[in-house]
Amino acid sequence: MKITLEQVEYVATLGRLYLTEEEKSKYLNQLDDILKYMDTLAAVDAENVEPMASPVELFNPLRDDIVKPSLPIDEALANAPALEGPSFKVPKIIE
Amino acid sequence: MSNLFNKSAHELIGLLNQKQITSVEITESVLDRIDNVESQVHAIVTLDAESAMESARRADEMLAKGESRTLTGIPIIIKDNMCFKGHRTSCGSRILENFKPPYSATVVQKIQDEGMVILGSANMDEFAMGSSTETSYWGPTRNPWRLECTPGGSSGGSAACVAACESIVSLGSDTGGSIRLPASFCGVTGFKPTYGAVSRFGLVAYASSLDQIGPFGRDVNDIALALNLICGHDPMDSTSAPVEHPDFTTFLNKSVKGMTLGAPSQFFDKIENKDVENVLVEARRVFEDLGVKFVELSLPHLDYGIAAYYIIAPCEASSNLARYDGVKYGYRAKNIDGMIDMYCKSRADGFGDETKRRIMLGTYALSSGYYDAYYLKAAKIRTLITQDFKKAFESCDAIFCPTAPAPAFRLGEKTDDPMQMYLTDVFTIPVNMAGLPGVSLPGGLSLDGLPIGFQLISSHFQESRLIQLSSAFQSHTAHHLARPAL
Repeated sequence: MKITLEQVEYVATLGRLYLTEEEKSKYLNQLDDILKYMDTLAAVDAENVEPMASPVELFNPLRDDIVKPSLPIDEALANAPALEGPSFKVPKIIE
Repeated sequence: MSNLFNKSAHELIGLLNQKQITSVEITESVLDRIDNVESQVHAIVTLDAESAMESARRADEMLAKGESRTLTGIPIIIKDNMCFKGHRTSCGSRILENFKPPYSATVVQKIQDEGMVILGSANMDEFAMGSSTETSYWGPTRNPWRLECTPGGSSGGSAACVAACESIVSLGSDTGGSIRLPASFCGVTGFKPTYGAVSRFGLVAYASSLDQIGPFGRDVNDIALALNLICGHDPMDSTSAPVEHPDFTTFLNKSVKGMTLGAPSQFFDKIENKDVENVLVEARRVFEDLGVKFVELSLPHLDYGIAAYYIIAPCEASSNLARYDGVKYGYRAKNIDGMIDMYCKSRADGFGDETKRRIMLGTYALSSGYYDAYYLKAAKIRTLITQDFKKAFESCDAIFCPTAPAPAFRLGEKTDDPMQMYLTDVFTIPVNMAGLPGVSLPGGLSLDGLPIGFQLISSHFQESRLIQLSSAFQSHTAHHLARPAL
């Protein structure tokens, strides 16, 4: 499949990444290269094969609902770039 | 006693137990060694010399009181993607440049409870994305055998530390070969356990269905000791397997007569490098002399491993790395105008080139209209690869194959061509796709003096077979004893 510059820009928006013009044209060429290689998968007939999400059998590990100590608030906040009181501070979302 | 830094963990344990040396002496010796060679190798992101010496003193107290455990007092370095409470864990990235986790990964906690000495964190490709340790925000690590070459990746720092004797043992993580490839390039033993054998709690996530923690050591005896410590069920990781692991040291120095190794034609047909071919021929002869039988195998879907992996891993990565938003921890850009601007700027500044490429690739493959053609198809190929392996293990105890297509390549050689870099992992990726255990063992040197490893793979939770085969090989060869002239 051929990837276009518009798709590169769209994907960067979805991925929440600003790209420079230089990065856009570089990724356009490199992703095109990589996706060409991925097209080799088209040769495999996998119509009736179950997809695999994990190498081990996944199950719901249940346990009793017992209250245990959790991370103290000050430790949970210690790496935050900006704080206000016991909360993460972010730019205004609602006008 | 001099040069404690170049001894194996099991030798040092013997000396500690006989009270001939102390953990403080070992740790001082290793720290001196780091002082002497680290400026050339650049394998370490954060050196915690002070806290290491404190741990060594505590280990000596444990030893004196008779409260020691098997690995008490032995220095270890951890990959920079394992949370270590209060110590910087940057994952080789600017976005986590100042991140000090408020908790420790389960493996790190186990290491500390054992009384081991954590020296610091080892360099790695950013978010473990790479095969050369060149994508690290902290700059590349160099191969201790030849400084103009890469150590392989992504756990290049962990492998280089053991090879350069900057640590006795180390931990790495392996998503598509990130333990086995650098083990091969650096001439050390590197082991990737079965998916689910070691807890991933506190391991910074790259591709969660493929990531697995494992050890590096000077020989398989040290690997068995490390596996005994880190394997085991952990309620904090819902993919951690509730299985009983054997004492891996009981599989050392056992006969392998009558065991069967499978040689997959799809792997051997791909070997173009004469030195790699020679190493495999010689290793096979050693096993045959030990009474191991060889059978030819076919794994028909191996050829599609790389294509399927480089869809699945970036898809999982693009989702996992969505958490780096500049809100709860990590880098936040200055001069921002609203939330979306904060996300986009912080991520643009905080992530490096390869990480961005994989986020782009994964986001594209998961985007509306492409999911079936890419992710779903790759997930089906994954099933086929796993079935190939299952069938193969009906006729052999383990699979014998190369670890890498060639010895270490030069720094910069593949950085401009991501597809060439991705092809380095051709022999290691299928193992992660199926969640199998695999080990890379030193098999000799190339004509111009670079280490070459070979790989053994077994079925789920059959780590013990790999230990048994590796131990037999190392008891009859000296390749693992070769050291770089650093």
